[in-house]
Amino acid sequence: MSAAEPGWLGQTAPPLRLEDTGGELRTLPAEPAEAAATVVVWTCNHCPYALAWHQRIVDAADDYAGRGVRFLAVNSNDALRYPADSPEAMRERVEREGWRFPYLWDADQEAARAWGARVTPHLFLLDAEHRLRYEGAPDADHQDPALGAEWLRAALDAILAGDDPPASTEPVGCSIKWKP
Amino acid sequence: MAEPAPLVELLWWRGCPSWERAGEIVREQMEHQGLGGDALSLREIRDDREAEAAGFPGSPTILVDGHDIQDPGEASGLTCRVYRLRDGRISALPDPADIADALAAASASSESRG
Repeated sequence: MSAAEPGWLGQTAPPLRLEDTGGELRTLPAEPAEAAATVVVWTCNHCPYALAWHQRIVDAADDYAGRGVRFLAVNSNDALRYPADSPEAMRERVEREGWRFPYLWDADQEAARAWGARVTPHLFLLDAEHRLRYEGAPDADHQDPALGAEWLRAALDAILAGDDPPASTEPVGCSIKWKP
Repeated sequence: MAEPAPLVELLWWRGCPSWERAGEIVREQMEHQGLGGDALSLREIRDDREAEAAGFPGSPTILVDGHDIQDPGEASGLTCRVYRLRDGRISALPDPADIADALAAASASSESRG
């Protein structure tokens, strides 16, 4: 596991106010219910890394749903140049695949800038006080489903137990597609 | 006289990190077939204009004698290319077996022409 630059590790996450594919406003901090931990994953529809890792993240979301862990996915890509990442394409994908956590549209890319999201997928794990405790990749290899997002799970286990999570890692994936 | 080796070209874009590993895989496959991995030609695609001119379907793209090792589908420009491995997994890298088959087919074609 390669250690990443610490970024804003330990600091409180910037607030999120974004609509999901159903038009519902999702916020962080959440109102009224709070989570024991929150996973925010920058992702998209067109990137092979994001696609390859997606099911592992879905499986983790399912496995941790009963432990008070909230998952949010965010897409910030320039949909004009990458129409596969448009809000319409996001909505179609959520319906087709039956997503069980919200997929948020960062139309002006401000959330990606505020959080320092660089690639898809790029994970940010927050504790109950919304402090960033882990940032990086789900596991070591997008080509190996057997790894099962083990870095994500190890970090979540630590956060839920009140322990220090493993060191953050360098996220690997497609660059965020910034608007010109 | 020896038959000419196939022209193997890797088109890459710096916004996608898989091109370096793709180059290693191509070189390994070329060496397995006695073609010499040093003959791999790298070509960076730097902007939309170059992508359009090359019909670039995403990074990395591997051409053997000008033929793509997988059906590129619709050209999609400056992006990471989505590959399907032979077991169905989605990947940012091509299946080494597809590269091997493309190299073998090009070599066979060259021999038949000779």
